[in-house]
Amino acid sequence: MSTQTDNRNPRREEPAAHSKPIVETSAGGKPRSRPGERAALDATRGTDRSRPLFEREIVTKAIRASLAKLDPRHQVRNPVMFVVEVGSVLTTILFLQALVGTGEASAAFTGVIAAWLWFTVLFANFAEAMAEGRGKAQAEALRRTKKQTLARRLRQPVSDTEQERIRTSEMVASTLLRRDDVVLVMAGEFIPADGDVIEGVASVDESAVTGESAPVVRESGGDRSAVTGGTRVISDWLVVRVSSNPGEGFLDRMISMVEGAKRQKTPNEIALDILLTALTIIFLLVCVTLLPFSIYSVNAAGQGTPVTITVLVALLVCLIPTTIGGLLSAIGIAGMDRMIQANVIAMSGRAVEAAGDVDTLLLDKTGTITLGNRQATEFIPAEGVHIEELADAAQLASLADETPEGRSIVVLAKDQYGLRGRDVERMHAQFVPFTAQTRMSGVDVDGTAIRKGAADAIQRFVECQRGTFPAALQRAVDSIAKQGGTPLVVASVKRGKASVLGVIHLKDIVKGGIRERFAQLRRMGIKTIMITGDNPLTAASIAAEAGVDDYLAEATPEAKLKLIRENQAGGRLVAMCGDGTNDAPALAQADVAVAMNTGTQAAKEAGNMVDLDSNPTKLIEVVEIGKQLLITRGALTTFSIANDVSKYFAIIPAAFVSTYPALGKLNIMGLATPQSAILSAVIFNALIIIALIPLALRGVRHKPAKATALLTRNLLIYGVGGLIAPFVGIKLIDLALVVLRLA
Amino acid sequence: MTAFIFIVLIVGGTAALSWPLGRYIQWAMDPAADVGPRRRGLDRLFERIAGKLGRDAQGWKKYILAMLAFNVVMFVVSFAFLAFQHYLPLNPDGMKAIEGSLIFNTAASFTSNTNLQHYSGESTMSYLSQLCALMWLQFVSPAVGLAALAAMARGLAGRQQMGNFFIDVQRATFLVLVPLALIMATLMVQGGMPMTLSGAAHATTLEGAEQVIARGPVAAFLAIKQLGTNGGGFFGPNSTHPLENPTFWTNVLATMSIIIIPMACVWMFGRIIGRMRHAAVVFGVMLLLMGTRIAGAVLFESAPTRAFASLPIEQTDGNLEGKELRFGAAAGPLWAVVTTSTSNGSVNCMHDSLNPLTGLMPMIGMWLNEDFGGVGVGMINMFVYIILAVFLAGMMVGRTPEYLNRRVEAREVKLAVLALLAQSLFILVGTAVFAVTPWGTKTLNNAGAHGFSEMLYEFSSASANNGSGFEGLGDNTPPWNIATGVVMLLARFIPIIVPLAIAGSLAAKRPTAQSAGTLGVEDGTFGVMLTAVVVIIGALTFFPAAALGPIVEHLQFMV
Repeated sequence: MSTQTDNRNPRREEPAAHSKPIVETSAGGKPRSRPGERAALDATRGTDRSRPLFEREIVTKAIRASLAKLDPRHQVRNPVMFVVEVGSVLTTILFLQALVGTGEASAAFTGVIAAWLWFTVLFANFAEAMAEGRGKAQAEALRRTKKQTLARRLRQPVSDTEQERIRTSEMVASTLLRRDDVVLVMAGEFIPADGDVIEGVASVDESAVTGESAPVVRESGGDRSAVTGGTRVISDWLVVRVSSNPGEGFLDRMISMVEGAKRQKTPNEIALDILLTALTIIFLLVCVTLLPFSIYSVNAAGQGTPVTITVLVALLVCLIPTTIGGLLSAIGIAGMDRMIQANVIAMSGRAVEAAGDVDTLLLDKTGTITLGNRQATEFIPAEGVHIEELADAAQLASLADETPEGRSIVVLAKDQYGLRGRDVERMHAQFVPFTAQTRMSGVDVDGTAIRKGAADAIQRFVECQRGTFPAALQRAVDSIAKQGGTPLVVASVKRGKASVLGVIHLKDIVKGGIRERFAQLRRMGIKTIMITGDNPLTAASIAAEAGVDDYLAEATPEAKLKLIRENQAGGRLVAMCGDGTNDAPALAQADVAVAMNTGTQAAKEAGNMVDLDSNPTKLIEVVEIGKQLLITRGALTTFSIANDVSKYFAIIPAAFVSTYPALGKLNIMGLATPQSAILSAVIFNALIIIALIPLALRGVRHKPAKATALLTRNLLIYGVGGLIAPFVGIKLIDLALVVLRLA
Repeated sequence: MTAFIFIVLIVGGTAALSWPLGRYIQWAMDPAADVGPRRRGLDRLFERIAGKLGRDAQGWKKYILAMLAFNVVMFVVSFAFLAFQHYLPLNPDGMKAIEGSLIFNTAASFTSNTNLQHYSGESTMSYLSQLCALMWLQFVSPAVGLAALAAMARGLAGRQQMGNFFIDVQRATFLVLVPLALIMATLMVQGGMPMTLSGAAHATTLEGAEQVIARGPVAAFLAIKQLGTNGGGFFGPNSTHPLENPTFWTNVLATMSIIIIPMACVWMFGRIIGRMRHAAVVFGVMLLLMGTRIAGAVLFESAPTRAFASLPIEQTDGNLEGKELRFGAAAGPLWAVVTTSTSNGSVNCMHDSLNPLTGLMPMIGMWLNEDFGGVGVGMINMFVYIILAVFLAGMMVGRTPEYLNRRVEAREVKLAVLALLAQSLFILVGTAVFAVTPWGTKTLNNAGAHGFSEMLYEFSSASANNGSGFEGLGDNTPPWNIATGVVMLLARFIPIIVPLAIAGSLAAKRPTAQSAGTLGVEDGTFGVMLTAVVVIIGALTFFPAAALGPIVEHLQFMV
C-alpha cells in the first residue's frame, strides 16, 4: 500500500475514520470487501489455485509429451540427458547386433539395459512434461477467461455530450484494439483489454484473474485506475485507454509465463548446468579410460574379457548426475508454479530465484504489519463529562458509519459500557456522512447534533457554534498523537449550545502473529524495514510493537528509493511491494518487486511479480518459495552425486570379476550375478527419477532457520541419505530380479 | 604405540610451528601499510631490482602474464644449462651430454616445482647443472607458488590489484625460502650431511676394493628440496641415501620441513583475507584428510610384505622391504604420505615396496593434491574445492552461493570445474594411453595390477607436480619423458591460472552483506561439507583406476 497523499482520494488524505467508498452500488449497501481488508487476512491463508500432484489428464498428456521430447534437438539443451540418450541409441544398436548373432554380450542383457536407458530418458522427459503440464493447465484456466468480446471504441473520446460520444463510437472485436485506443465499457460488459481508466468510477468483478469474488472499485486517476482485460464491470461505466497491443496484455504474459514458453535458464541454473556438464565429462573420461585399463588388466592377468561397451555405457549413465539432470527443468518450472499457487505471477524465473536471495524486506505498515484500519481502544471524556455520556454519544454518531473505524467505536462502547446498538431508523436519526469539506461525520437526532472528527475540524465546528475547545482535552489529543494513535474528537450541539464531549483513541492494531514472523525472518538473516507515512514517533512505537528491525517514517517516494539504494550499496538484496504510480521508481529499483494487482499499470510494469491477492504480507511467502527452489536444486544435486558411490560398488566388481576374481570382494551388497548387479544399478538410477518427481514438483520442505542449521539438515537428509539409499534400493531390485528369475 | 606418538609429535609439532611461520610469511609477502621502515626498505630494494617491471600493481591478467613470462625464462635457462653441461665448468666427474627428451623432462620438472627425476643426479648431472639448472629453480619455483597464493588471497580480500609478481617472487625467495633453507641446511650439516664442492670421494673397502663415493653440496640441496616441496634429490635414491638423510634426527627434521611451509600458507591465506576462522576450518579439513592417510598407511604397512606370506617365519615389525632400517618401520609410510600430500615427492623408502593399500595412500594424496599441497599451490588447489563446496552448500541453504561475500556464479563454477577436469584428464587419459601401448607396457618391471599401479603413479605424480616415483618403472624413455613433461607443465599452470582468474572475477563483484541466512564458511558444518566434496569427487574420479591397481592387488594378496 502506498503512503502517498492523493487529493482525489479522501481515504488517503484522512487516514482516520471518516471514509466511505466513493461508489455506492446500493443505498446502505452491505460492507464491501476492499483490498485493505483482504490484505488483513492471514498471510498464509489457503490458496485456491493449488491442484493435486498427479491429475489424470495432465499425466496422460505428459506421457505423450515425454515421447515427443526424445527429439535430440530438445535433449541437447540438457547435456546430461543428451548423453543418456546417446547411450540408449548405442546400446540399442549393440542389441540389434547381438540379435543377428555377433554381439559383445547376450542379446537379452543388452536389450534390457537398452530398454532401461530409454526409460531413464523418458522418466526425465516425463518429469519435465508434468511440470509443464501443470503450468499449461493453469494457463488454460486463464485463457478461458480471455474471451473475445466486442468493444465499444470511442472515436471522439472527448465530446460535449454523452449521446454524441456514443453516437460516434463503433463496435470492434477486442482483438483488434491497439494501444491508446479508448473504449467505453458499460455495466455488465467485459473490459476488452488491459488499460487505464480515464473517466468514470465503477465496481469491477476481477474474480477471473484474482479468484476473489468481491468486486473492487476502479476509478480514473489515482492508484486504482488500472483494469485488466477479461474482468467485468458490474455497475456504472468506465472509459478506458487501452495500454497494450493484442497478445501483449497482462493475461497473455501470465499465460506465456506459466506455460514456460518463454522460460529462460536462470543464472543459478546456468551455473549448476555447467557443474553437471563438467561432472558428465569427468565421468565420460572415467568410463572411456576404463576400456584401455581393462584391456591392460586382461592382458596382465591372462584371463577374462575386456569390459563391454554395454557395461561401460551402463556405468556412465549410472555415474553422471541423471537424477538432478533429469529433474532440473521440472524443478524450475515447478518453482514458478508454486508462485502461481500462491497467487503470485512472476515475470521471470530469475525473479523467483532472486527472491531466495533477498536480505531486506520493505514492508508497508498499513495492511502488512497492522490491520488495514485503526480501531477504537479508549474513550477519554472532557472535563465535567461522564464517560458513559461520551461513549453513548460516540456510539450514536457511529451507528450508521460503516467504516471499520466506525464499527470499532460501536463495539468498544458495547464491550466496555454495555451500550447496545440502537435502531437508527426508529429514532428518526439522520446520518451526516463524511465529506472532504467538513471532515466530520455524525448524526442528528432529537434536535441534537453529534459530530466526530479530527481535532482541528471539531474545533472549527465548535467555535462556529460559539463553543470552546477545552485546553485539557487538547493535551489528551496531543498525548494520543504522540503515542502513535489517532485522536477522534466527539462534540455535540444541544439547543444551540456546542460542547466537546471527549476524545476517542484510535489505534493501529498490529496483526496477530506478525511479530513471530519477523523473528523468524531475522533468524533467516532477513532484515525487515517498516515503511509508513506516519511521523517518526508513531512509527517508532508501532515498529517496537511489531518487532521490525528498522522503519522509515514520513516516507516519500524519494525517501523509499533512497533507502533501497542505500541497502543495495551495502550489498543487500531488497524486496518490496507497492501499488501506486509513485511506487514505480522504487519498484523498479528493488531486486524483487511485487506489484499489487489492485495497483496501477505503472506499478505493475515496474515490478517483476504481481500479487493477484494484493496481499503485501505475501512478500514473505515469495521469499520462501525462492529459497525452496534453490534448496530443492541443491539437495537433489547432492543426492545425485552421493548416489554414485554405491553404484561403483555394484558395477566395478561386476565388470571386472572375470579378469580379477578377487574384485568380487568389493561386491559388498552381495548382488546375485554380475549382470543382475549392473541391471539393478541401471534400474535404480531410472526409478529414482520417477520417485523424486513429487519432491521436484512440490519442493523440498523449507523451515525458516539459520543457514548453518539448514545446511546440516539437508546434508544429513540428502547427503547421507543419498549415500545409503541406493545401497538399499539396488539390493532390493537385485533381490526382485532373483525372485523373478531375471538375474 | 611409539609409532603413534612419534607421528603425532612430528605432525602436531609442525602444525604448531606453522602458526608463527604463517604470521611471518604474511609479513614477508603482504606487509601491512603501517609496517616498519626496515621492512619497507626491503620492498624498496626489491623494487629497485625489478626496475620497470616492479613498478605497477597488477590485475589478475597482468599478474598471470608476468608469472608465465618469468616461468618461460626459468625453463629456457635451465634447459640451456642442462644442454651444455659437458662444455661448462664445475664438472669434476666429467658428466656427459644429456639426451634431448630427458633435458625437456628435467627442465619442465624443475620449472613446475615437480622434480620428477628420470635420471640419477650423481651419475648424470654436473655440479653446475645441479646448482644453476636445478637448485635455483628449487628456490624460484616454490616462490612462484607462494606469490600466486598471495595474489589470489589479495583478490579474495576484494583487492582488484593483486600486487606485483616480480616483487612477490623476490619476497618469497629472499624473505621466506632462502632464510629458512639456510637454517635447515645448517641443522643438516650438524646432522652429518656433506656440503662440499669437491668431487667424489675415493675409498678402499676392507675387502680392498676401490669405492667411489659420490658427494657434493648435499645439505644446501636437501634443505630447499624439502622446504620448497621440490623433492628432487641430490642423489638418485633421494632421502633413502645415507648421505642425504644420515640419522633419525635428520629424518625427523626433513619430514617436518616438507609440510611446514604448505601448512603456514593456509595461515597466510587466512591473514590476507582477514578470516582466520575460515583458515582454521580449511586447515582442519586438510589435517584430517592427511591424518587419515597417515593412519591408513601406517596401519597397512604394519602387515608384513606379501613375499613372507608363504614363508614359515613370524614377522611382527611390519613390512620392512624397501625401508631404511635406521628410521624404523613407521617413518617410511609417514614420509610417503606427507611427501605426496604436499607436492614434495622426496622419498625415504621405496614406494614400490609398500604394501598395496599403503601404496594407495600416496596416490590418493596426489589425486587430491590439496592437503596441504605444494608451497602456495596447495591452498590454491583447495580453493577450487572450496568454490565447489560453497556452490553446493549455498544452494542447500536457499541462496545464490557466496564465498567471502561475493557471489559464486556461472563464470566461477566454469573455471573451477575446468581445473578439476584438467587433473582427471591428465591422470586417467595418460595412464590409459600408456597401459595399452608399448610406451608403457614395455617399461614395466612388474606385471599385473602392480605394473598398472606403477603407470598410474607416474602420471599422478606428474599431474600433481609431486615428482616422487613408484619406481620399478623404466621411465627414462622419450615417450615417458615427453608425456610427463607436458603433463607437468600443463598441470602446473592451469591450476594456478584458473583460481587466479576466479579470484579476479570475484574481486570485481559488488560485495554482498553477510547475515544469518548467508552460508558460513567458518564453522564445522562447512568443514564437513568441504571434506565430503573433496573425498567424494576424488573417490568418484579415481575409484575405478584404484580398483584395478592397488585395491585388486591387495584383494589378491588376501586370497
